[in-house]
Amino acid sequence: MMIKILLHRELLRHWRSRQDLINPLIFFVIAVSMFPLAVTPEGELLEQIAPGVIWVAALLATMLSLESLYRDDFHDGTLELLLMQSGSHYKVVIVKIIAHWLTSGLPLVIISPILAVMMHLKGDSFWALLSSLLLGTPVLSLIGSVGMGLTVGLRQSGVLLSLLVLPLYLPVLIFGASAVTSAAMGMEYSGQLAYLGAFLFASLSLVPFASVAAIRVSIR
Amino acid sequence: MSWQWFHRLSSPKWFYQISGRMLPWLWTITLALLAFGLYQGLYNSPADYQQGNSVRIMYLHVPTAMASMFFYVYMAIAAAVGYIWRIKVAHMVAVSIAPVGAMMTFLALFTGSFWGRPTWNTWWIWDARITSELILLFLYLGFMSLHQAFDDREVGDRAAGVLAMVGLVNIPIIHYSVYWWNTLHQGATISKFEKPTIDPSMLTALLTMIVAIILFALCIILIRIRTEIMSREYGKQWLKEEICQ
Repeated sequence: MMIKILLHRELLRHWRSRQDLINPLIFFVIAVSMFPLAVTPEGELLEQIAPGVIWVAALLATMLSLESLYRDDFHDGTLELLLMQSGSHYKVVIVKIIAHWLTSGLPLVIISPILAVMMHLKGDSFWALLSSLLLGTPVLSLIGSVGMGLTVGLRQSGVLLSLLVLPLYLPVLIFGASAVTSAAMGMEYSGQLAYLGAFLFASLSLVPFASVAAIRVSIR
Repeated sequence: MSWQWFHRLSSPKWFYQISGRMLPWLWTITLALLAFGLYQGLYNSPADYQQGNSVRIMYLHVPTAMASMFFYVYMAIAAAVGYIWRIKVAHMVAVSIAPVGAMMTFLALFTGSFWGRPTWNTWWIWDARITSELILLFLYLGFMSLHQAFDDREVGDRAAGVLAMVGLVNIPIIHYSVYWWNTLHQGATISKFEKPTIDPSMLTALLTMIVAIILFALCIILIRIRTEIMSREYGKQWLKEEICQ
């Protein structure tokens, strides 16, 4: 019951400040479309660099969207009240992470087919991109919540957040991009997806502890 | 009980006094080992039959690389002890290790780069080990800048502590991901690391230098901790007495 109310509140909050959710998506599209202009408009080379480009852009877009996780609630004191009244800090944190993924990770996955077509990804690699993003973006939200929890009380946290979080995103980037690359070369990519799934379940069970500890540091 | 030494260690005053008494001895051993190791490595050991004299870079490269990883674990453990039991000195230890560890990481990359130039004919290669060392440097830098971002030093301690612990869990995952990524693309570079059986005089030099560099870093860290204690305990009576002696 508690979780349902919290989730409803989170989704409503995100919906009411939807510009904050749309901006990272626009960034995602713009960042990817810079590469054909900078590197080459030729289809063959684009297909080769596309997995890495799309995955790096997804990483950066997720980073930009992390602000919406805690920032507003922290500054008007809502977060403190929620943590005090809910009885369980884990519930609040995990619901916030789920809502964050639903409102910024999932839209990235939904919009990625357009980019895949623009970057000349075909057939199998198209599906590999979609499924690797679907498994990978929740991990990004989870790990990002720790970094955001630590930096939410700071005035200039944007660059610092990227310094903290990007090295930790590395495994997801490696396996996500290599799943798409393998698929583009006509090879089996289920191994990479299995690794991404393993990361998802490992971080789902471990990260909330760190995330709660992080937010407790910021709220005293 | 037997835990008493541990509790006493958590008092800044006691830590300051005992480290002050230890430092001269530590410096003596360190400098003696460094002198012997450098003599053995740079002068008294043969040049490699393939790499020539550039193999001597190894006597700095391997110890700094080992120290860089060893001190990250040490830092994370100190941060965890400080976070869980709220021991101030443990946080001071973690904060003092970070810059030294980062420097060791940088030196490992730097010396490796200078060794790679004559040996592999390139300054940089995206090899698995080198890349994970680079990520380690980023983790150290993240720890340091997060700690400095807070006005209140004790909040910074706890925040950076959480980050260090998360990093510790993540390091093996990052390490193996990078290995996997590398072997997918190019397997050959790793075998370049596999050395033939090593000459005894080279082994002596290498082992001596490993111990010497770790002790050297420990000396620097101890000095940093003492400075940290002095700046945090500023104005306390015991510190005044200690310094006026």
